[in-house]
Amino acid sequence: MRRSIKVTALAAAGVLTLTACSGGGGGGGSADDLETKGPITIWYSNNAAEIDWGKQMVEAWNADHPDEQVKAQEIPAGNSSEEVIAAAITAGNAPCLIYNTSPAAVPQFEKAGGLVSLSSFQDGDDYIQERSGDNAAQYASADGEFYQMPWKSNPVMIFYNKAMFTEAGLDPEAPELSTYDDFLATSRTLTESGAAPYAIYPAPSSEFYQPWFDFYPLYGAETGGTLLVEDNKATFDSEAGTAVSEFWATMYEEGLSGQEPYQGDSFVDGNSAMTIAGPWAISYFGDTVDWGTVPVPTSAGTPADETYTFSDAKNVGMFTACKNKGTAWDVLKFSTSEEQDGQLLELTGQMPLRQDLTTTYPDYFDANPAYEVFGDQANRVVEVPNVSNSIEVWQAFRDAYSKAVIFGEGDIATFLTDTAAEIDDLVSQD
Amino acid sequence: MVTITPETGTKADGADAQHARSARRRRRLLGENPLGLLLAAPYLIFVGVIFAYPLVFAVWMSFHDYFFSAPGADVEREFVGFDNFIAVATDPAVWRSFLNVGVFLIINVPLTVVLSLLLAAALNRALHAKIFLRVSFYVPYVTASVALVAVWLFLFSGPGLVNQILGPLAPDPSWLINPWLAMPTIALFVTWKGMGLFILLYLAALQAVPKELYESAATDGAGAVRTFFAVTVPGVRSATLLVLLLATITGANLFTEPYLLTNGGGPNGASTSPVLLMYQKGLEQGDPDVAAAIGVILVILVLVIALIERRAVGDEES
Repeated sequence: MRRSIKVTALAAAGVLTLTACSGGGGGGGSADDLETKGPITIWYSNNAAEIDWGKQMVEAWNADHPDEQVKAQEIPAGNSSEEVIAAAITAGNAPCLIYNTSPAAVPQFEKAGGLVSLSSFQDGDDYIQERSGDNAAQYASADGEFYQMPWKSNPVMIFYNKAMFTEAGLDPEAPELSTYDDFLATSRTLTESGAAPYAIYPAPSSEFYQPWFDFYPLYGAETGGTLLVEDNKATFDSEAGTAVSEFWATMYEEGLSGQEPYQGDSFVDGNSAMTIAGPWAISYFGDTVDWGTVPVPTSAGTPADETYTFSDAKNVGMFTACKNKGTAWDVLKFSTSEEQDGQLLELTGQMPLRQDLTTTYPDYFDANPAYEVFGDQANRVVEVPNVSNSIEVWQAFRDAYSKAVIFGEGDIATFLTDTAAEIDDLVSQD
Repeated sequence: MVTITPETGTKADGADAQHARSARRRRRLLGENPLGLLLAAPYLIFVGVIFAYPLVFAVWMSFHDYFFSAPGADVEREFVGFDNFIAVATDPAVWRSFLNVGVFLIINVPLTVVLSLLLAAALNRALHAKIFLRVSFYVPYVTASVALVAVWLFLFSGPGLVNQILGPLAPDPSWLINPWLAMPTIALFVTWKGMGLFILLYLAALQAVPKELYESAATDGAGAVRTFFAVTVPGVRSATLLVLLLATITGANLFTEPYLLTNGGGPNGASTSPVLLMYQKGLEQGDPDVAAAIGVILVILVLVIALIERRAVGDEES
């Protein structure tokens, strides 16, 4: 009896301690420290091209700011950068700036009190809107403020293997891939001829971000730029959503796309004749594939210069753990200046999220014609919607899509209606 | 010469009594041998910090609107009663995950017990290459799942070796993307991978079975099968209970294998385990309170299963 009293008392003490520890309180930062200057730390992505860009940017800044030195490092290794950043926010050791912040994770980081509103800087909104133009609006949060600096996009397009197209008797310079019917016919020719085991092989796995590389680019194109959720309502329970879903369902049903997760890169390995990727992939492919690009298809065959796609953007977040936010804001502006954006383009081939990209850097696009089409495409991108429970929304979509479209269980109409209702519910929650 | 007066005698008695009382109090607090407590302290602290604290914290989280936040962030964490448990109970994905792990345990646990015991008994009697055989079974256990998954994918993926051998008899859809076969395939993988440890446990237990019992059985004319069921199986009952409990607990914590073999629990969530779902909800989607509720339910279910197993097998005392 006495022992059970002791155990109960200990448990109660533990719970009370936890309650005390977890009660929150305080604030993630105040307007007072927005002007504070001094050394800061930043994280950038761990791909080789971005490391080169980050190093030169930091060197350029440090050379002129001896009292506000920037210490930079690659984002620590983890399953995904979102998880690493979330852990750093919780631990209170996030750096001042992270040049690898996924827009999908921004609502979560914001809710955690981890992000500084860039709109709270006097020139915050003006700077962002001037640099990114109309596209900036997609990155504003529900309260109208910017908790992320729109930084760069990788508008995704269809890459195709010219050798495989030639082998299948298709024209590698003008492939018929603009309408769903054309795309399906071309895919059938590719597989039936034996030129490729699969026509295209988007990852059929269950991760929340996979729709960004199969359903969403085509949905953006089919709708002329409609987001998955607008005005807190799912938009895809529509003719456009049905058309895109039925297109992909046919691809899986006929074995033109694989249902099993492929270990490796299906396109590079010659397992599929096409892939959906952004311009980052150009340097990754190197000389392994002789490729061409076309916009993603639509049911009616939208002209290339009117076709939308998914942006696959990565932005910059400023984190509340930062002590010298004044310097962080200055570094953020410096690193997204016309000069540094030019460096980003030059060194990584990724598209800075600034308006009139192709006319701002005409020399680059003249010298690198392969990237010009992406530069143009960067003007017509859809972003992940900036809504509550963003990642949960995508996971719910992926689970239902996987069942109905990839594995053909149930009908498309029910999938769209039920999932739209589920997502409406998720975005209405805090 | 020392004279003991009644007064001093009373004082001495009082001091002794006080001393005895304090010794009793110390014994109550520190036990018969305080050194034992000192030696056990590191482990007790480890258990407290690594197991007890997170468990209590998880229970607390499951009853609150909890999400990870920056230190000092002004966030409310309201008591929400059973809301998180209701969210879990009304989520078909959670039910599916528990069903999946149920299928897993039904395949994995009996298979583990039976195969481990049979192989251990065979190894115990092996005359040649005993060490080599023991190491062979143990190697998968100590090899990282990530490495072994590659081998398993080489065998069981669509164009894998097994399907090539089976030819037209290969399942369609293939093993790991077949809603009916994904979980059994994972269960087989985990059984094979974990067998080494359980064989070692049984081998240790077999050493403790008195040889006289085997001699008596032989004298009585019992055959190999009869001896196995009459002597070996009862002789390793404690080890069987341990194997059952360990297999159940590690099986209920299934995460790495479905995560790596089916890239996040496909197809259609047919291989999603509760722990994998906890990972998705808690770390990916920012709902650690819901994840904690799943965890609490899982712990309770595992405890219930463990109690049933203990009753079914019995232990030394019973």
